[in-house]
Amino acid sequence: MISESVLHRDQIAAVVARDIPPGSFVNLGIGLPTTVSDHLTPEDHVVLHTENGLLGMGPEAHGSDIDPDLINAGKVPVTALPGASYFHHADSFAMMRGGHLDICVLGAYQVSEAGDLANWHTGRPDDIPAVGGAMDLALGAKQTFVMMNLLGPDGTPKIVPRCTYPLTGVACVSRVYTDQAVFLIGADGVVVRDVFGTDLPRLRDQLGMPLIDGTGPAQSRGRRG
Amino acid sequence: MVAIAADADEAVSGIRDGATVMIGGFGTAGQPVELIEALIRQGATGLTVVNNNAGNGDHGLAALIREGRVRKVICSFPRQRDSHHFDARYRAGELELELVPQGNLAERIRAAGAGIGGFYTPTGFGTPLAEGKETRHIEGRDYLLEFPLHADVALVRAHIADAMGNLVYRKTARNFGPIMAAAARTTIVQVSDIVPTGGLDPEAVITPCIYVDRVVRVSPAGAVPLEEGQ
Repeated sequence: MISESVLHRDQIAAVVARDIPPGSFVNLGIGLPTTVSDHLTPEDHVVLHTENGLLGMGPEAHGSDIDPDLINAGKVPVTALPGASYFHHADSFAMMRGGHLDICVLGAYQVSEAGDLANWHTGRPDDIPAVGGAMDLALGAKQTFVMMNLLGPDGTPKIVPRCTYPLTGVACVSRVYTDQAVFLIGADGVVVRDVFGTDLPRLRDQLGMPLIDGTGPAQSRGRRG
Repeated sequence: MVAIAADADEAVSGIRDGATVMIGGFGTAGQPVELIEALIRQGATGLTVVNNNAGNGDHGLAALIREGRVRKVICSFPRQRDSHHFDARYRAGELELELVPQGNLAERIRAAGAGIGGFYTPTGFGTPLAEGKETRHIEGRDYLLEFPLHADVALVRAHIADAMGNLVYRKTARNFGPIMAAAARTTIVQVSDIVPTGGLDPEAVITPCIYVDRVVRVSPAGAVPLEEGQ
């Protein structure tokens, strides 16, 4: 896909949602990735997992539906859909670590061209580190997608030859969805599948790494299941 | 044989200074607030606390930390918008922190209860949290060695107990409760209700009574404010 302008956050979420095959078991990370669920419909039959012990998570709870015993990993009150199940933490992470989840969508500080992920710690000495489920999530699905802006607030690229932030996981990211492009990370290198308001030469220049052109029609076949 | 305590103070009696105390809950969901408040009154200090977080707001685990009873926290996600009591003690150098990825934390607790001496996990390999840990390459994948996490005491909140100490939980408040109940030498549980033996469907029991030492009924907790963060 080639678009004339860069994508808003909501449009990135829509692109991710379109790539989730119907019937998938999916964990959406805290923050931006959570908004992917706004673009999934019941007909998709996507089952959401939250690592604090729920499969079949429904939308955020409001008003009288709020129950302090029913929250997601971001500690936001949620609902449970028909067919949901509850389980304890060791089972929940076995579900993840055991490779039973199809897709996990996470935010990131940096992703390397080899698929290394940095998203838990800035590395600043005065920061109190907190890892939560980030390292488990990074490795715990058949595919790990990252969703982020291509550039940080200071304009530096977040897709990098090697991560400079402390790592969350090694060679675990398979796709990166950004406001400017969708990147597929594979054994042959980084393929640019979609561009939004930019082009390959500019991306190569910005990122300082080899990029394989995958924007042609042949490469975009086979999406969605 | 389970003991039914008259109140939370009786339930937490005998916890010693320097004990390792597992505290159930994910944020405030499943946090045994009344047992923690009783532990503060009981006075044990120099505690090592195992929890997913390091306290939210001013109640429960946050209050235990505020009162200076905690020497070390073993958790996955200490820093939150409302973890100010932990933050202050940590920055002052008064509190040791052992940071463990959440799934490794859960599995270390499970391993302790299951009598497992250690396990190889892929989580954390190649990251700063793997430093100093033994690694192994097994069938094409890299792993690191983690050890079980035992405790002297577990404080757990379940939904309903029967008179034998069998437990059922409620929704995502289950989280660490079942594995902590198995991992501690003494497991103390607060519930909203205690029913007669036979009052729970055996098919529905989540924590069998063999893991439970003391049960206390506390009136259903008032709504604890929800806080954000992982």
